[in-house]
Amino acid sequence: MQAEYIELTYWQIGLATALILISGLISLALRLGMEQRLLVASVRTVVQLLLIGLVLRWVFEVQTWYAVVALLLAMTGIAGIAAVRRTDRRYRGIWLDSIVSMGASSWLITGMALAAIIQVRPWYQAQYAIPLLGMILGNTLNGISLGLDRLGEELDGKRDQVETLLVLGATGWEAARGPVQQAVRTGMVPIINSMMVVGLVSLPGMMTGQLLAGVEPVQAVMYQIVIMFLIAAGTSLGTVSVVLLGYRRLFSRDHQFLVERIVKRG
Amino acid sequence: MTPSAVPLLELVHLSRRRTDADGWLLEDISLKLHPGERLAIVGPSGAGKTLLLRAMVLLDRIDRGEVRWEGSRLSHNEVPKFRRHAIYLHQRPSLREATVEAAIRQPFPLKAYRGREFDRGRVAQLLAGLGRDGTFLEKKSRDLSGGEMQIAALVRAVQLDPTVLLLDEPTAALDAATAAAAEQLLNSWASEVPGRAIVWVSHDAAQSRRMATRTVSMFAGRLVGVDERSPSASAEFPHAG
Repeated sequence: MQAEYIELTYWQIGLATALILISGLISLALRLGMEQRLLVASVRTVVQLLLIGLVLRWVFEVQTWYAVVALLLAMTGIAGIAAVRRTDRRYRGIWLDSIVSMGASSWLITGMALAAIIQVRPWYQAQYAIPLLGMILGNTLNGISLGLDRLGEELDGKRDQVETLLVLGATGWEAARGPVQQAVRTGMVPIINSMMVVGLVSLPGMMTGQLLAGVEPVQAVMYQIVIMFLIAAGTSLGTVSVVLLGYRRLFSRDHQFLVERIVKRG
Repeated sequence: MTPSAVPLLELVHLSRRRTDADGWLLEDISLKLHPGERLAIVGPSGAGKTLLLRAMVLLDRIDRGEVRWEGSRLSHNEVPKFRRHAIYLHQRPSLREATVEAAIRQPFPLKAYRGREFDRGRVAQLLAGLGRDGTFLEKKSRDLSGGEMQIAALVRAVQLDPTVLLLDEPTAALDAATAAAAEQLLNSWASEVPGRAIVWVSHDAAQSRRMATRTVSMFAGRLVGVDERSPSASAEFPHAG
């Protein structure tokens, strides 16, 4: 793949950054009071991306497996934490569950992609490993946070139904099955929706990036197809895993529903 | 050993800690429920009567002590089967299924009831005893009053032929006539098969006197004034009191 593209200068970046003024003016005109948040968000966008750019440049240069793995681990941890931060109801152990599910699902799928599908040699080539895991993490994050949020909401809101079943002799699993199914379903909806309209309504970011970089369109599409399925698999695995771990935290071996462990954020 | 020598349900030094502060929700409770007994738990609001009923069917975590069923401690796997035999009825039951019939059928798909089938005739008979005709089964759950929910929940439990019913103010939302019918239904349920027992939480002192063979009082999470009769006496005179 011989890629060709126009290199950007800091001057050009500055021009784009100025576009935030449009959002700022809208906020002022409609008195949305969002100027400060817009400013913070803009600064964070620039600073976070520049920092990761520096890190990536370094990792791409050194090309050692431990530098790549260290970066992948950090990305996984941040994604696991970010997924929980979006939830309203939490319980002890939720952070660990999220990080473990995030790691297990996305590393398994990325590993399969690197070793078997794209067949990258050596497997730790930063150019493949980092963006692949990054895209799977970003989407699994969505699935995990939606799944967790829904699980807490369902169990907390349907506490009486869950207890009614337990009282009549249901096992913990029988009593939780409805909420668990609902949570997994909710976590998987976004990826299914985006698979439905991909290419029609949206051109995925990665494909767009490859096109900008001068990659032959059919190749870019083929990469995108692979990515969509990697994402779908990662999201499903991550969501199922985090919801099942949550079930184990909230139901005891004596088939008790430990509703007091669910803490709603004020 | 005669069957009545072994208690059906026994709490042994059972305690449950508060989660929000120091102290106990239930403290060092030892209690035996013998076959054929009708036990009333009385005490002021907040004394822990509901929590005690819940603890008896292992609905909440226990910090100390244990619950024994027919003399032995339950393994994890035995808990669902045990709850089939000892059914706890919530004070304000909630029915979320579409209709009363769906709610009453709800238990049958559970593993614990494998081999059992919904018996519409039996349920209709139970409902008739409570002054409800066949149309009650078709009623939408969301249209039910609190009292009708209690009726549906009571019939749902009784049709399952448990050995023990643990009732939390089961007639609180019923009118006097229906409450009397419910008492009668429970009396005939209990005498239908020897050994069936009832644990009853009621604020109605007259009802407790009518229905119970033995009364225990609770205060601040503890049992005070346990009236321990010999098991044979309560088994022989189930209607005493």
